[in-house]
Amino acid sequence: MSNFWLEFEKPVVELETRISELREFTSGSNIEVDEELKRLEKKADRMRHDIYTKLTRWQRVQLARHPRRPYTLNYIGWMCEEFTELHGDRAFADDPAIVAGLARIGGKPLAIVGHQKGRNTKENIHRNFGMPHPEGYRKALRIFELADRFRLPILTFVDTPGAYPGVGAEERGQSEAIARNLREMANLAVPLVTVIIGEGGSGGALALAVSDRVYMLENSVYSVISPEGCAGILWKDRAKAPEAAEVLKLTASDSLEQGVIDGLIDEPVGGAHRNPEMAAAAIRLQVEAAFEELGNLDPETLLQKRLEKFLNIGVYQE
Amino acid sequence: MSWFRRQNNRPKKPTESRDLPDGVWTKCENCSEILYFKELERNLHVCPKCGNHFRIRSHKYVEILTDPGTFQETNANVVSKDPLKFKDSKKYTDRVKDAVKKTGMNEAIVTGTARLDELPVVLGVMDFAFIGGSMASAVGEKIARSLKLCLERKEPMILVSASGGARMMEGILSLMQMAKTSVLLARLRNERIPYISILTHPTTGGVTASFASLGDVILAEPGALIGFAGPRVIKETVAQELPEGFQRSEFLMKHGFLDRITPRSELKQTVGNILRVFHDGVNASSHAGIAFRPRTSVPLSEHDPVPLSDHDSFGASEGGNGSMPILELPDPDGSTTT
Ligand SMILES: [Zn+2]
Repeated sequence: MSNFWLEFEKPVVELETRISELREFTSGSNIEVDEELKRLEKKADRMRHDIYTKLTRWQRVQLARHPRRPYTLNYIGWMCEEFTELHGDRAFADDPAIVAGLARIGGKPLAIVGHQKGRNTKENIHRNFGMPHPEGYRKALRIFELADRFRLPILTFVDTPGAYPGVGAEERGQSEAIARNLREMANLAVPLVTVIIGEGGSGGALALAVSDRVYMLENSVYSVISPEGCAGILWKDRAKAPEAAEVLKLTASDSLEQGVIDGLIDEPVGGAHRNPEMAAAAIRLQVEAAFEELGNLDPETLLQKRLEKFLNIGVYQE
Repeated sequence: MSWFRRQNNRPKKPTESRDLPDGVWTKCENCSEILYFKELERNLHVCPKCGNHFRIRSHKYVEILTDPGTFQETNANVVSKDPLKFKDSKKYTDRVKDAVKKTGMNEAIVTGTARLDELPVVLGVMDFAFIGGSMASAVGEKIARSLKLCLERKEPMILVSASGGARMMEGILSLMQMAKTSVLLARLRNERIPYISILTHPTTGGVTASFASLGDVILAEPGALIGFAGPRVIKETVAQELPEGFQRSEFLMKHGFLDRITPRSELKQTVGNILRVFHDGVNASSHAGIAFRPRTSVPLSEHDPVPLSDHDSFGASEGGNGSMPILELPDPDGSTTT
């Protein structure tokens, strides 16, 4: 995974590697090398501009799924001074595809819940590729209610291909678990902020995102169905996922335009994985501002506004 | 408030292109029995031999569940737009037009007010014939308006689901209808307004993962396919044969996600009985909203009858008058919940 790069990233990464190598091997000043470096830097700038200002929706999907992309626990590590992970749904199991716990950001206490993907095969088997079972959603709800009881604002990170479609998941009520979260999140009398950091896959994502503020990282996606799934249904060909991504309009700016999210968080040029700490700092800034603002509302107003926000989503005519 | 507006015109009878002409024989897809159509119809489209529940249209459920002549459709003119300008082999707008023509409905759900066994109720029935009963913005909006009406009038909600899930052609907006309907159901629950969810064949995807699974009581017709993911997707994911009867009503019942499997012929009676118990329970408590506290429920069995004192502890009934709206609850701060 560590040397994985997307096709469209490769030219930039190669050029950047050449630049840094050139820097490393020339100590002191060397006018010729300096000239060459300047030229290459300029070229790299132009190349980055060309690629990253014209990303297709499918390229954004690829960035959202990038194996190097920071995951929930990475962001927690960069954003929080303190994180005490809590486990289990108290009914069946602990689902490693969702992490939850108590944390501090800038000294302020809060609860954090998020989907968690794995970085390699072994981790991904453990985390089930970030696809939760019902017990994951039930753990999330348990922590939400804990937070509500102790007046802790809640931050959720969304990063899942979707809730797991498996036999055990159905037996244990995947639908019920998701549905219950959607309903109960409407009752949590504490500020709720969600950041979609990678894949916002359908109901499995929404079950952590019925929040007062929902933000998306610039290269994350939010969709009712995966592009592959959509292509399979529309054209009986999962390979047509890039076309499906276009028609589904699943990018952060698409979601913002449709009034589904509250804001977009800029990523470092090239994506969050090119400078994860910078991405974390941008998220922290947005999240702190949102909590500050929401903290001024009394609980009743907060709940009423949350309800109205979701009631206003949708496009129809009469 | 526009959602409060009611249309007085009777619902127009949807065209029934799928229905067979009188006197034709039809074959049960389950037991292969050849059935006389008239007889099948008299039996509410349930095979008299094997009990197979044929899929029926929304207006049939309206007929089955409501007292004759009491159904008044609401928000029939809330219809889809095309937010994504979606086009695959066909334009989404054309797909909707075709569905309207085929079904005689404007959307994949019909909503309205009615009486069920004399109790005033708000009713929604999804129709699988309209783009697979998929949840579009207009569907979510119609359900939301129905739920608001329940809150306004303190009347129970009854929702019959039949859906393949969210309507892909409306993208993320269709997904958000799951949240839109569920957050309102939180309000109904907080206000002790009953919500009965009836699941029919098939109910899957985003509909199952939202309002369909949130009933105070959840009933399902026998043999209905009910699940989060479709069986084909699961089979591809787990790469193994699925267990016998997987995702059928009986499977869900066994795993604890249904209250009852109720044959079509018993739906109305069952819903009526349940609503009356809720109604009488709430109205029997003298200070409805205040004195009514959820108590630990006593498990009932033949060997463990509910003690009489449990009934008495609610106090004398002051409601129960037929003209009173069901579940009249005090509104503590005088504000409406919409
Ligand atoms: Zn039969």
